[in-house]
Amino acid sequence: MLSGYRALDLTTSRGYVCGRILADLGADVIKIEPPGGDSGRMKAPFYGGKAHPDRSIFWFAYNLGKRAITLNLKDLEGREIFKKLIQKADFIIESFPTGYMETLGLDYDAVQKINSRIIYTSISPFGHGGPYGNFRGTDIVAMAMGGFMHLTGDPDRPPLRVSFPVAFNMLASTQAALGTMIAFHHRQRTGAGQHVDTSAQASVAATLGFVLPLWELNKVLARRVGSAWFRSSGDTATQQRVIWLCRDGAVAFMAMGGMSGAQSNRALVKWIDDEQMADDFLRSIDWDKFDPRNVTQEFHQKVEERIGRFFMKHSKKELHEGAHRRGIHLQMVSTFKDIMESEQLEARHFWVDVSHPELKTTLKYPGPFIKASETPVTLERRAPLIGEHNKDIYHDELGISTTELENLAKRGVI
Amino acid sequence: MAEQALKDLKVLDFSRVIAGPLLTQLLALHGATVVRIESNHFLDRLRISAPYAGKKMGLNRSGYFSLFNANKYSMTLNLNHRRAPELMKHLVGWCDVLVENFVPGAMEKRGFGYEDLRKIKPDLIMLSTSNQGRGGPLSRWGGYGYTLMALTGVTNLTGWEDRACSHPFGALSDMICPSLEATALLAAIEHRRRTGKGQHLDLSQFEATLFYLSPLLVDYITSGNEFTRMGNKSLCAAPHGCYPCKGEDRWCAITVENDEEWAVFCRVIGKPELVNDSRFSSFESRKANEPELNEIVSGWTRGKTDEEVMMTLQEAGIAAGVVQNPADIFKDPQLAHQGHFQMIEHPEMGYHSYEMPPFTLSATPARLNKPAPCLGQDNEYVCTKLLGLSDEEFLGLLKENVFE
Repeated sequence: MLSGYRALDLTTSRGYVCGRILADLGADVIKIEPPGGDSGRMKAPFYGGKAHPDRSIFWFAYNLGKRAITLNLKDLEGREIFKKLIQKADFIIESFPTGYMETLGLDYDAVQKINSRIIYTSISPFGHGGPYGNFRGTDIVAMAMGGFMHLTGDPDRPPLRVSFPVAFNMLASTQAALGTMIAFHHRQRTGAGQHVDTSAQASVAATLGFVLPLWELNKVLARRVGSAWFRSSGDTATQQRVIWLCRDGAVAFMAMGGMSGAQSNRALVKWIDDEQMADDFLRSIDWDKFDPRNVTQEFHQKVEERIGRFFMKHSKKELHEGAHRRGIHLQMVSTFKDIMESEQLEARHFWVDVSHPELKTTLKYPGPFIKASETPVTLERRAPLIGEHNKDIYHDELGISTTELENLAKRGVI
Repeated sequence: MAEQALKDLKVLDFSRVIAGPLLTQLLALHGATVVRIESNHFLDRLRISAPYAGKKMGLNRSGYFSLFNANKYSMTLNLNHRRAPELMKHLVGWCDVLVENFVPGAMEKRGFGYEDLRKIKPDLIMLSTSNQGRGGPLSRWGGYGYTLMALTGVTNLTGWEDRACSHPFGALSDMICPSLEATALLAAIEHRRRTGKGQHLDLSQFEATLFYLSPLLVDYITSGNEFTRMGNKSLCAAPHGCYPCKGEDRWCAITVENDEEWAVFCRVIGKPELVNDSRFSSFESRKANEPELNEIVSGWTRGKTDEEVMMTLQEAGIAAGVVQNPADIFKDPQLAHQGHFQMIEHPEMGYHSYEMPPFTLSATPARLNKPAPCLGQDNEYVCTKLLGLSDEEFLGLLKENVFE
């Protein structure tokens, strides 16, 4: 979809996914690394277990489909070369600490003088400017400041984050890609580029949903309730279980309101009844009138004792199969093993083999994030090696001679 | 004021709940004209979900609904009505993009599948999003954001090592897939601009969420290593966690990434002797003695407010941030600086806040022009102004109860 458009990807490990999304959509994404390679190449896990800059699976996965050149932006000559690249580029993506690009003379104001059509996208913990604009931020800091952690975890323990990084890799990088495309659409109409300033904190805050109006409209403050869901009608606050233990793991289920909730709830009670585990109380509930926000904690508890006993009798697999057959909105809490065994992913040909000639093997990757009928996303090019495309870009495109390239390498420019 | 970025874009929105409406809101906030098709017979669940303004239930009073529907038009249309196809023809002919998140197959059943609709508009771009995608044995199995968090493994990666998993708050997939979808939609529009060709986009929220887990999945595939939850620990930083502060349920998150930062941290907390203490002098030793290390950090944070901890550490260049609750989020000076919340008067809900996208476009920023629509408030406007029907035609449809 975006073939022929070029992104210069200056991101650190917290912004790789933005370029990966554009590459999946067909853009020519060129990862620009300092000589010796990005520090993200030394992020675990590693293929074969041993740390090596061309073996990081973290690097592989988030840089699939990109090309790569080395360039020292701290060097004056390096910056001159970069300015040549800017002339032919459509996007720049960066995730340096705020203010850093200014010190290099490569901030948006400087860049747009060279190419006024360029979309310049920044990803940072708190966005540029403002009282926290220069604050340091990591995943856990963004998850805290964005409000996610207050709402996650057991009440008797500290607030909790997800154990793998979400704020930058999942949220901010994606929001940055969207901001880039909105600006691009505008540019295609008007010719004018602009700066897209993405905040990880705001990206996390954008996931909070109903707890925001719950506070603003009803002054009810949601809190963390472990494996349950915080429910409030505005007057009352209860917790409803969402994660349940079963015989060999866990499943997710909640009795929901509304038409589809009622169908699912009825189907579960029927199943419990079929196995002689339902009592009059469970059978007597009128699910058409059920609203999970308007029942008492005691009611939730009574329902949950009964459902919980039933789930504990069954394995994940049994619950998965039965729930699917009976139209119950339940899913197992998957391990990676479960995900690899998904018949749905198999049927949709989700997994993709990508060749890594240097490793003398192919690796299986999760497939494209979207299926497009006219322009299918293809994942063919493995993540680039350090400086793999220096010759293509510097020599073939910019016309820098081989001798000159060698000199630039000696001087530490590329 | 500059014309907004997506001013020329026309979106027909058949989606419901969060995964679709959030996507079309992101477009609407940047200037796209979005017409939501709703029905009295098949209400968007969020219209009948708390919280309500003034705690008073009403179809046009839900803050949950309004959060995802700013700047849009609402038209009610009974898709089963005899004359619905006629109106559909006008609507599809009008739009650039159609978005839907019904259970796969539901649009086809009514004769409104992509293949049907492209007969009306050959270059239509249609986006369908669902839990597990179109086709395959589990395609029609409905679900919610929290079931997807479980299915994708995110739930399994949230929690303490010594306990069962916790629920990762809300539904990250519901909140991020819309942005991925919008990104792909805009790319498809560029493709149409260049080639004249539309297409059908199919996003499985299951698959899209796994996209982000790629490093962990590829590692599992190659080495069999099941990455597991580890509370607030990190594989590459210590101290790393959430530490108790003065007040009830007040905490501050702190990350110390390397030895240089550790030296700074020790000076800031007034314990310079710890820099060379062999229990903590290297990253490896800090990891090996993490419980003791966390006790020392907590000992310092406990006597201070969360704000003090954050400010003191940030001033020294250490990453730290208050664990903010929803009330704090509304008062956050940085989010306020970005105009993250903007307010507007809603006819039934009164003056209240809407959330802007988490990125700022320097030349064409997002703008809140209209509150979330009341159910069916724009039937006449959409028919006569956007679709160009005559007043008589509109009244004819109205009399036959097409708008229900």
